[in-house]
This record gives sequence, C-alpha cells and structure tokens, in this order.
Amino acid sequence: MGLRTPLYDVLVSQGAKIIDFGGWDMPLAFGSQLEEHHAVRKNAGVFDVSHMGILDLSGPRTREFLRRLLANDVAKLTVPGRALYSCMLLPTGGVIDDLIVYFMADDWFRLVVNAGTRHKDLAWIGGQASAYGVAVRERPELAMLAVQGPNAVGQTLALLAPADRPGAARLARFSGVTLGSWFLARTGYTGEDGFEIMLPAGEAVDAWRALTAQGVAPCGLGARDTLRLEAGMNLYGNDMDEQHHPLESGLAWTVAFEPGRDFIGRDALERVRADGCRALVGLVLEERGVLRSHQEVSGPAPPDAVPGSRHPAPVIGQITSGSFSPTLNRAIALARVPQGTGPQVRIDIRGRLHAARVVKPPFVRDGKALIH
Amino acid sequence: MSEHIPAELHYTRSHEWVRDLQDGQVEVGITHHAQEALGDLVFVEVPPPDRRLNAGEACAVVESVKAASDVYSPVTGQVSASNPELAQKPELLNHDPYGAGWLMRVRLDAAAPNGAWLTAAEYAKFLETSAE
Repeated sequence: MGLRTPLYDVLVSQGAKIIDFGGWDMPLAFGSQLEEHHAVRKNAGVFDVSHMGILDLSGPRTREFLRRLLANDVAKLTVPGRALYSCMLLPTGGVIDDLIVYFMADDWFRLVVNAGTRHKDLAWIGGQASAYGVAVRERPELAMLAVQGPNAVGQTLALLAPADRPGAARLARFSGVTLGSWFLARTGYTGEDGFEIMLPAGEAVDAWRALTAQGVAPCGLGARDTLRLEAGMNLYGNDMDEQHHPLESGLAWTVAFEPGRDFIGRDALERVRADGCRALVGLVLEERGVLRSHQEVSGPAPPDAVPGSRHPAPVIGQITSGSFSPTLNRAIALARVPQGTGPQVRIDIRGRLHAARVVKPPFVRDGKALIH
Repeated sequence: MSEHIPAELHYTRSHEWVRDLQDGQVEVGITHHAQEALGDLVFVEVPPPDRRLNAGEACAVVESVKAASDVYSPVTGQVSASNPELAQKPELLNHDPYGAGWLMRVRLDAAAPNGAWLTAAEYAKFLETSAE
C-alpha cells in the first residue's frame, strides 16, 4: 500500500482506478480518461493533487534566500498572493525540481513541489536555508484540489461565502488569495482557466463532493498528463531532470539572468548560453500512430527514400513526453533535438520511421487548438 | 465476471479471444479484461490480409492513451480479413471487444496445432489467480 491523500476513500467510492505514482496511491481515471480530458477542455474537471508537497518558508531573509535558491527571480513578486513558476537548480545547472512559489507575506513564501521529488527537495532546501535563518515547514495537513476548465471558476465560486466571491472572481492568472482556512490561486497544469485550492483535509473531502455533485468531472492523473502535454507544459523527470538544464528543456523563459543575481546554477547556465545547446520542441505526428517518450527522432527522409524505409537514419534526438492528443485527435510530443531542427523529422516507432512536423508548443490553450 | 467472458469463445493467457467460425476460419480479438486494463484505445494496427501467422507471434498492436501492447496470434494460419473499422474507430475495442471490436480473421492451417487455449471457465480462473 502506498501513501494516500485525504481524498482516497471518496475517490475510490467514485470509481477511481488507482495506480502507484511516486509512492502514492493515486487515481489514474474514474472511467474514460478521454472523457475526463474533454470535460476539462469544454466544461470543468477536478483533480486531487494533494500528493504534491506544500512547503512554507519563513523568516525575514526568505526573499533573499529564494533569490539565491531559484532560477527565476522572486523579486518579480511584489504583491502578496502573486505566484511564479521556477526551476530549482544544482550548481551543474541540472534541474532538482520545478515548482510554483507564492508570495504570502514579507517573511513567508510557499513552495508547491512535485510529489516524487519532495524528499530530495526538502533535503536540498533545508541544507541551504539555515545559513539564511529561514525555517522550512511541510504542510501535510493541507490537501490540494485543482479545478480546471472554462467553467471551473464559476463552479468554484459557488463553494465560497458570497462575500468572498467577487475577490476570487477578480484574481488574475498566477495570483492567489487567502480566504479563511483556504488558499485559492488562479493556477493550474492544464492550459485552462481555473483554481488550485490548498485547504484542510476534511474540508477538501467536502469540497470534492460538492464540486462533483455540481457536475464537475472527477479527473485522474491520466487526463492530467494529456492536458498538460497539449498545453506544452513540462513534466519533471520526463522533460527535464538533474541531467538536463532549463535551457535545453524549453524553460529559458523561467531563468532570470537579469539583474545580475547569483542564483545556484547560474555559472553553468552562462557557459551553456555561450556554447549553445539543444532545444525542446513540439512534434505532431503526420501519420497514424502514437508518440511515446524515449522514441528516437531522426532527420527528414532524403528525396529519393522509399516511404516507411528502415534505418540507417542519423538519430538526432529523443522524445521526452509523447501521447495521443484527444483535442487534436493525433499524436503529439515534446522532443529534445538540435537547435534549428525541422520542419520535418522522422520518429522511430517499433522500427519504422514515421513523418512528424516540428511545431512550437503549446498545442492547445484555453480550449482552442493552436496547431493544425 | 462471466458476463465479460462469453462461454462460447476460447481464450489465451495473453488476453486474446478466439471465435470458431466453423468454416476453417477463426475470428480473433482482445478480451474485456484487456481493454479495461489498457484504458481508452486510440490506435490499432492489424496485420494485412494474406499475412502468414504463427501461433504465439506478435501480429497486431493496440495502443491506449497510456500504453502500447502487442497482440499475439492464438493460431497458425493466414490472415483472411482484418477489421477495417478500427483505423477510424479504435474505441470499438473498448465498447464492444467481442463484437464490433474484432481484430482479424485467420484461415487455419489444417496441419498446425493451435496454441494452448483456455475455456471461458479456465480464463476466468486465470484472471482470478493472476489478480492475487
């Protein structure tokens, strides 16, 4: 038996098919994961993401500490409640984890980290924090729900006290607000509007029941993965890890080199910037089939090639995340390839080369297909 | 359980079913259990007509959103038909695995022995044991 979130029993009672995810017993799907995917694109779905780690960092020097710890710059967070996506790097530039940091108060920031990396994150952060007098506290008593989709905001507002609704409705994307025992943020991992809610475990069960009774679809990690891939969002462990730095993982936009701040990993990334590196690109399969992580990418077929011909073809890269896109009804992927690759490449699927096109993610955003 | 394991079919330990068409051909598909374990099917590759198959040979691929899985031929023979609907409607394997979701028909070699098939009761027992 793995670790279980406070929602476990209610998830199982609603038909969740449970799988192991980083040591946690988590729902893969409640029925058809394709239907859950479409529910989030067209209406609203709710995910139990209580397995993610919530870490509260406090002390007068917390901001200074995070400006050293994170590759993005928390100096951008000037208004309480604002959130920032960042990588946390090794001195080599490799990614320890990706996370969201919330500015709660002048001496208090909250990090939301991946479930599978929680222990090493805690060890790493704890090892650095003491020099700044920053206290690190896990919040295992908090559960976390993600309500996502074009109707997610309205459905979530219905759970709030009437007096709290206007403020919550006005929240900008990547902003949050504390409402009693809840922290409500307009963030997510699906490419749709919605909220992520951190709240006490018992209240989370009630909120889950209320949302699903209102018609919000209960969704599992299966749909969460196809939604995030369509949204062009990286998955830690697939698309970046300790061996792959942000600049070759499509995450250069999250690295704040300016102003000249001495964050961990900066020197390594400066060298990479000078030397150049591979790129993470989007792929759309132009034939039938499904793209999967670890499939090999090779260059375009020479003009005289026999269609579907086998190797030898120089392998230039690898798929890091691939799946079937329910919205586009074709296979899509993220792949690490040399800069300037494209527009045509070929993918090795069970020994046969299939034509694919290099595109710029995201594939889908706010319910609309961006790739045709 | 038995409603999902029709009594008149034969089964394999790799979760294929076999229907004897009584004319020297068999129809082959994947079981309810297999489609349920895979989840939503999104791609099916079936062997072309006339392809020779040996019992136990990987002959088709079914891919769900989460995983790809080989289908093994339960028989030795020659493919006489493959289901043309599946290219556009792979979800037929989820909705009707023993009917509209059939994969292929194979004309049996008279001389060749079949693979080791299970009866419906034996397959039900096999699922119970492998679930433990």
